[in-house]
Amino acid sequence: MKIIIIVPAYNEEKSLHGVVQDLRNHVPDADILVVNDGSRDRTEMVARDLGVKVLGLPFNLGIGGAMQTGYRYAERNGYDIAIQFDGDGQHVASEVKELCVGLQQGRADIIVGSRFLQPGDYRPSFFRKLGILIFSVVLSAILRMRVTDTTSGFRAANRRVIEFFARSYPEDYPEVESLVLLHRAGMTMGEVPVVMRDRMEGRSSITPIRSAYYMIKVLLAVFIDLLKK
Amino acid sequence: MRETMDIVKVLAIAGSATLLFLVLELIRRGRLKERYALLWLFSSLVLLILSLSRSLLEYFSRLVGIYYPPSLLFLIAFVFLLLITLHFSAVISGLSDKNKRLAQELALLRQALDEVKRSQTTAP
Repeated sequence: MKIIIIVPAYNEEKSLHGVVQDLRNHVPDADILVVNDGSRDRTEMVARDLGVKVLGLPFNLGIGGAMQTGYRYAERNGYDIAIQFDGDGQHVASEVKELCVGLQQGRADIIVGSRFLQPGDYRPSFFRKLGILIFSVVLSAILRMRVTDTTSGFRAANRRVIEFFARSYPEDYPEVESLVLLHRAGMTMGEVPVVMRDRMEGRSSITPIRSAYYMIKVLLAVFIDLLKK
Repeated sequence: MRETMDIVKVLAIAGSATLLFLVLELIRRGRLKERYALLWLFSSLVLLILSLSRSLLEYFSRLVGIYYPPSLLFLIAFVFLLLITLHFSAVISGLSDKNKRLAQELALLRQALDEVKRSQTTAP
């Protein structure tokens, strides 16, 4: 089983070292690929010094375009499993195994780490909670199964999904939409409970107005996907 | 009344003739691809013909129930602009997709090149 961990990174020079160390300790047999999404800081230098594989985009493509670059690499180099793991340190490396086990057992084509399957420390604001609930209801209805964490960027994909994502991956806020695309292409998803840490460095780009915009945009994209042939 | 109509007519002819001239000039110099030029050419021609022929303009105005014939020119120009901008949005969407693909391909190639270089320096 060839496993690759794709770490999208945009201005993550401070947290990248810890993330890579953490991954090496807990998933020593996997290759690590950092996708530098046109960072303005030293992210690419830091990644090279760490000795991991680095894909340097010439300019910022956004998380969707960066992730897809990673999936294209995984597709061309014959990986069986690709794991999405954020470069900001919010995901926990020791939980990668759990996601892989789900795939190897053939439970689903993509396994998503969910914050909401077990009680954790994560306390979202009211509006965030509302957004999470709406996404969850809509996606559960479309996928005809219970989906608790639709926006999680901690996921493990099998070969079929790698090949699919290499061809088509949504751009702006890809997590929710990509699950709909997979479902439409006849692939299945499963969830595994995970814990997420607070960000080590930097701040989340999500503000109340932005999250409202985010929600409308993603819902629109999802409905357009449903209309597409 | 007669006089103001004439001023409108002169302005309309001058405007659409200038537009047509500009479009032709851009095509002639190779600054406008034929594909994009087609809509512009067509719209400026239609505007010019309607500006020149009062009877044609009045006929079409009556057909759609417009009382002041020159405002039909505005309507036509507006519809053409809508079509052209819509066309551009579609073109831009295609271009940005290609742009993304190129950037991704560049990153993948650079990585492959690094790998080759490294294997050459470590090999005896």
